[in-house]
Amino acid sequence: MTPDIQFSFGLCLVFILLVPLAIAGLALVNTGLGRSRSAAQAMTMSLCVISVAALAYFVCGFAAAGSPLSISFGGVGTSVVEPARFFFRGANALTLVVALLGVMSVGISSLIPLGASADRYRVGAACASTAVFAALTYPVFSFFTWHSRAGLFGAGSVGVLDSGGSGFINVVGGLTALSAAWILGPRHGKYPPKGMPAAIPAHNQVYVLFGCMLAWMGWLGLNSAGAMLYSSIRPEGAVLVVINTTFAAAAAALTSAITTRIRFRRPDASLIANGWMAGLVASSAGCAVLKPATAIITGIVAGVLVVLSVEWFELHLKIDDPCGSISVHAVCGIWGLLAVGIFAGSGTQFTAQFVGMATLLGFIFPLTYGLNWTLNRFIPYRVSLDGERQGLDLHELGADAYPEFVVHSDEFLQR
Amino acid sequence: MKLGGFLLLLSGWAIVVTALLVLHGHAVPAFVYAGFGVEVLGLVLVFRGHLPPSEDEE
Repeated sequence: MTPDIQFSFGLCLVFILLVPLAIAGLALVNTGLGRSRSAAQAMTMSLCVISVAALAYFVCGFAAAGSPLSISFGGVGTSVVEPARFFFRGANALTLVVALLGVMSVGISSLIPLGASADRYRVGAACASTAVFAALTYPVFSFFTWHSRAGLFGAGSVGVLDSGGSGFINVVGGLTALSAAWILGPRHGKYPPKGMPAAIPAHNQVYVLFGCMLAWMGWLGLNSAGAMLYSSIRPEGAVLVVINTTFAAAAAALTSAITTRIRFRRPDASLIANGWMAGLVASSAGCAVLKPATAIITGIVAGVLVVLSVEWFELHLKIDDPCGSISVHAVCGIWGLLAVGIFAGSGTQFTAQFVGMATLLGFIFPLTYGLNWTLNRFIPYRVSLDGERQGLDLHELGADAYPEFVVHSDEFLQR
Repeated sequence: MKLGGFLLLLSGWAIVVTALLVLHGHAVPAFVYAGFGVEVLGLVLVFRGHLPPSEDEE
């Protein structure tokens, strides 16, 4: 390794080590937006799911994804990455860095479905679903993204640009969340026979908002490491990545606050948090190529989109998504991919982004829905009605998250 | 309706991939957007298929 590559290697490793903060943030957001009587189960399930995802990716996920064939690491020279193998066998140092970012990314992606299926998803079923997700569904689109840039569709064809994973992390996770929400069905009492859907409030907004701040730190690492590894930016280019990521999130959060203020007369804390996350998600694809002004526009659109989308899914499509995961990760991830085509590319890049979106919707979505539908036949995803009424903490773990507090019943549900 | 929607999604993707592998030049974007359009129709069907029955239908 030359000193330049050694420096890029070290910097990239530091960025990757920030990514667990995004995982912690996402877990806190999911837990805070759920109910108090399922809080310990939500956190336990997050830990189990991350563990399963990491191991499944180690066993065969990375081999299925295939590493980028060669990368201009940190924009310095071109280094050949050893072909990915099962159990990371024969990996050189560069391959291991790609694999490590993959492990972190699949951890983030596998947490996304937990948000849409909160308060009714069994831990065992979540682990089984995650094993399939990390070993098959996630690697398939990673393979597509990397190899489309390496001439999968013929020499000279332009590939999908997705440095930080708007598509291969967030949309893949978001579409799996949508599949899980449909398979599980809504929470008990969410949609009464007549009238409006019941508003089941988040149990701890402080968790949610603190989780957003942790996610910000993690996303700075994720986008910077992704841009260095997959978009060949030089180390000094990471400054632009950090600026773009922060500006997009800030613009999205403020726009969500304004949108909710206009629509509901008061800013809504949950939706502002969703807006912040949506900005982070939308910034990922183009973090290395957008200009700060276009990153802000990307964030503004994501901030409006997430508020309207959450409302549309809940009221019109009758999909019970307690954490807004589908809107934040699937809808705004798709917007992030499209924004790259609009703001940062040529006509050819615009078409390439559409190819990525078409693959996500036309191949990954039926694949993940089919796999989860089949798995649900053998390992039922949903807890019993009694378990849901009792709360998943007591039902699945035998102990409450807050044993000294009064646990709220269903007083806000229509009877 | 759900199955029809998913089949449309797959068909749209097949149009996109076939266009990339078989065609060259200006025809490729047109078929990519057409394939994506077919997928949007499929999505509409999938979402409609998952809507719970309305009170009138019940």
